[in-house]
Amino acid sequence: MKWLISFFTSSLGRKLIMALTGLFLIIFLLIHLTGNSLLLLNDGGESFTGFVVFMEENPVIKISAYILYLGFIIHIIQGISVYLGNRKAKGGSYAVTTTANASIFSKYMFWFGMVILIFLIIHLGDFWLGLKVTHTFGNEELYHKLINKFHNPIYLIIYELGMIALFMHLRHGFQSAFQTLGLNDKKWTPIVKCLGNIYSIIVPLGFFIIPLYVYFVK
Amino acid sequence: MELKGNVPQGDLKDKWIEYRSKMNLVAPNNKRNIEIIVVGTGLAGGAAAATLAELGYKVKAFTYHDSPRRAHSIAAQGGINAAKNYFNDGDSVWRLFYDTIKGGDYRSREANVYRLAEVSNNIIDQATAQGVPFAREYGGLLANRSFGGVQVSRTFYARGQTGQQLLLGAYSALSRQIATGQVEMNNRQEMLDLVLIDGKARGIITRDLLTGELKRHAAHAVVLATGGYGNTYFLSTNAMFSNASASWRAAKRGAYFANPCYVQIHPTCIPQSGDYQSKLTLMSESLRNDGRVWVPRHKEDAQAIRDKKKTPQDIAEKDRYYYLEERYPAFGNLVPRDVASRAAKVACDQGLGVNATGKAVYLDFESAIHRYGKSKAHMEGYNNPDEATIIKFGEEVVAEKYGNLFEMYEKITGDDPYKTPMQIYPAIHYTMGGLWVDYNLQSNIPGLFVAGEANFSDHGANRLGASALMQGLADGYFVLPYTIGTFLSNEIRTPKFKTSLPEFDRAEREVKERIEKLLNINGTKSVDSFHKKLGKVMWDNVGVSRTAEGLENAIKEIKEIRKDFYENLYLPGKAGEINPELEKATKVADFLELGELMALDAFNRKESCGGHFREEYQSEEGEAMRDDENFTYVAAWEWNDNGEHIMHKEDLKFEFVELKTRSYK
Amino acid sequence: MKLKLKIWRQNKKGAKGKFEIYEVVANEHMSFLEMLDVLNEQLVAEKKDPVAFEHDCREGICGTCGMVIDGRPHGLLQGTTTCQLHMRFFNDGDTIVIEPYRSKAFPIIKDLVVDRSPLDKIIQAGGFISINTGQPQDANAIPIEKDTSSKAMDAAACIGCGACVAACPNGAAMLFTSAKISHLGLLPQGAIETDRRTMRMVTQMDKEGFGSCSNIGACEVECPKEIKMTNIARMNRYYYKSSFFSEY
Repeated sequence: MKWLISFFTSSLGRKLIMALTGLFLIIFLLIHLTGNSLLLLNDGGESFTGFVVFMEENPVIKISAYILYLGFIIHIIQGISVYLGNRKAKGGSYAVTTTANASIFSKYMFWFGMVILIFLIIHLGDFWLGLKVTHTFGNEELYHKLINKFHNPIYLIIYELGMIALFMHLRHGFQSAFQTLGLNDKKWTPIVKCLGNIYSIIVPLGFFIIPLYVYFVK
Repeated sequence: MELKGNVPQGDLKDKWIEYRSKMNLVAPNNKRNIEIIVVGTGLAGGAAAATLAELGYKVKAFTYHDSPRRAHSIAAQGGINAAKNYFNDGDSVWRLFYDTIKGGDYRSREANVYRLAEVSNNIIDQATAQGVPFAREYGGLLANRSFGGVQVSRTFYARGQTGQQLLLGAYSALSRQIATGQVEMNNRQEMLDLVLIDGKARGIITRDLLTGELKRHAAHAVVLATGGYGNTYFLSTNAMFSNASASWRAAKRGAYFANPCYVQIHPTCIPQSGDYQSKLTLMSESLRNDGRVWVPRHKEDAQAIRDKKKTPQDIAEKDRYYYLEERYPAFGNLVPRDVASRAAKVACDQGLGVNATGKAVYLDFESAIHRYGKSKAHMEGYNNPDEATIIKFGEEVVAEKYGNLFEMYEKITGDDPYKTPMQIYPAIHYTMGGLWVDYNLQSNIPGLFVAGEANFSDHGANRLGASALMQGLADGYFVLPYTIGTFLSNEIRTPKFKTSLPEFDRAEREVKERIEKLLNINGTKSVDSFHKKLGKVMWDNVGVSRTAEGLENAIKEIKEIRKDFYENLYLPGKAGEINPELEKATKVADFLELGELMALDAFNRKESCGGHFREEYQSEEGEAMRDDENFTYVAAWEWNDNGEHIMHKEDLKFEFVELKTRSYK
Repeated sequence: MKLKLKIWRQNKKGAKGKFEIYEVVANEHMSFLEMLDVLNEQLVAEKKDPVAFEHDCREGICGTCGMVIDGRPHGLLQGTTTCQLHMRFFNDGDTIVIEPYRSKAFPIIKDLVVDRSPLDKIIQAGGFISINTGQPQDANAIPIEKDTSSKAMDAAACIGCGACVAACPNGAAMLFTSAKISHLGLLPQGAIETDRRTMRMVTQMDKEGFGSCSNIGACEVECPKEIKMTNIARMNRYYYKSSFFSEY
């Protein structure tokens, strides 16, 4: 047991947790986007609601949801703790700051994560809280609630800022997770990087377009 | 007094094996109680400290660097020789021995050199097992390359960083012993004196470079592996802090300094570009395989180039003086280092030098680019290639062979050597002389052992390429750890020494007085200004070629500089803090004494041999003339209390090889 | 060329430091350190305290020199140590900001001098192959694939200058540690000890107070020997294997 604790508290063990939870959340985002993309259909929310009901009632997915919460919590807490630890290890900053040796995506990844966290809190407060905790509305009402929300320009801007941060975060995060897992190779890494770029653009872009579509079309 | 080399009897081939089998050993239980000080953590010191600790001795290792990994062995580029004969080209221990002793112009000790050749193979095995990534062939076996002065391929290498990789190997072995506690590592400690008790070396005084505190360290024996004295010349390829102080302090405590006039001057260094220059950078000897050395034939052209009115391309082929090819048709540009260096100096002294200082010659790859370009164009199917195609292909081939060296040259000078010839000039590179040691690597002071470049033993008057790494590691891994037992086996009843003994009091007091003396001069001139002056005198008079008159002058001038130094030096700061200027001053004070001895030794050696060329002793064609009848000896100099140098001779006896004249015509 | 230098001056460990401004006349052929030599000669002539900085071989191989020039360890030139950086890459009238490496594990000793001994401790924890002098068999007894040997050499080229730590916004020593773990782990003669070596070196690295890697890659960009982050990935693999599937 002691070895397991020392593994997960070591610098490399903590990184591994970040990578694994990160990849897990990356998969979750795909599912989430699949659901959201149903909003683009012109069926008065029928497919979307069907998807919501399926997600809410399927026992396997219900259990997975708890794993997902855990994934989020670990990723966030660990991320903050790693950041604070690293800031302490750095000791101080240079008088001249430069981006010549690092991209802004990687250098400020933590801060993009923080923006996403703020977005997440607002986002959860709006939908998840009412649906799952306080039960102020049911599965069928979610569609209309959503359409309403997206017609609020302030909310729309917050949402879109969140998606930009998500892009910035994923742009480094996707390929970084593979590096952390130890998968860096002359032949395969260019492919991973390419996939990462595609993913980090397509997925946030999908989330980005849907509310605009709702706002302007629906 | 005649010095005894303590070479064992018997046939050359059996001496070392038999001696090693019969020498006195120290039992493991006694080793635990015996302490050894090792000063310096380069190839020789690092290897010795690690090996002694593995054997069970308590080792105290010292370096003035922040880490033992930084010693200047790290800068060796080319490779390390060994008589493995992996390439089946007729190499053998005997051949390596013979090449080395001939290369040294028959001024080294036969038995030592043979032992060196014998253990060379073990070094390769050892380093490989430590993880030194030597270059390999596709079949997975080790690769070799050729080096100057020999007819076989016996040089093992790790890209252009062989010294670095071998040093890191020794450093890793040392680190392993530091971790076990068997080695007590003292970083940032500079040795400032040797402590003798009853005539035996028993300790050292160091200065902590961070706090300035003087510290005493005692042991049963002291090993010096502190490198050479090339920085006496101010400008050399040595590192900035490489110095002779440990050796010179030992000399002032009675150790003999042998053959100080033997220094190696490397012909292919990047020339000095101005007075601010702090050191010189070597370009590998391998460049002379394809580069052609030349200067303008006429002084006017040289002057025009110096004034930047002409470029090398403006000089027509017939007006170029390929002096090595003309003077030495048999070897051409590949003559040994000493010959090439001398020829460059002669050309520049005639006013033919090509950079602003007049001290540079060209190393030109134009014809190599053409030659390779034509051949590659042919291979690629161009029957009538135009000039541009030839040059393109030629540059590709040259880049494959020397790309990294060309890059380094461009980084430093800003010139592109593919387009314009490199400028090179000789520079001090290595010192063959050093503290006198016997076959056991023990100096004339019992208990004081000397290893690597710091001793004088194996290279005679000239060192062959890729032999310095070999000697450092041979001493450190395979010779000294055994031979030190001949001394220590008589010391097993000697208890550990206390640093409160009066001998330590006295040595520390003397170091303190020396430092205070320097700090109290309070003059106006910086340390470097004196060092530069000394360097110029040394280079002009005790450099590539020497004359009796020049040497006498040098002795006089060095005395004057020394006097000026002690009257007009200015040092900032205090003794009890980080004080780089003070560090420099203690070193330069020692160089100012050693430099004089070097000139004296060069004056005394009335012959030309290896790196020591006396203009009075040359043939009509300007070639070196040895005087085997009168000078086949090692000159070991004693410093007596009156500050006089007294010479002791060790006659060199050649029982197994015949002395011949080197010729490269 | 006339330059304005803004240099970090700090008297001793833990003392409060500050930037001082100096003017120096240099020429384009000088190396960066020779330019600082000129400044120091000037300061000594004025009987002032010269700027402390570390250096030795001035050939780019000993790893002693290292300072942060305009925010970048070893300056703007890729694959180059401070001593090999030449003044022709600067312009007349430039202001150059020179700082020491900043990392919690490398306390500043004076001015631009920092204490890099934690790197030695990481090596001492396992950066070696455990054999004694004289034990090995013939060097050609173990053939090693040329490409593997070459990869090991790429990693072994590390000069231990600490620029990777200085460049890392997290103050991590992953590139340094992984270079040694890779160098030895790739070679058959070193692979035997990989589990133990990796475990011990990573543990020591954490103990010395270095940060953790977030794959930013500044280390790789600033490394004067151009050591790659593939080594860090390899170290990660070794570490997982060692943690989960070995006795260590």
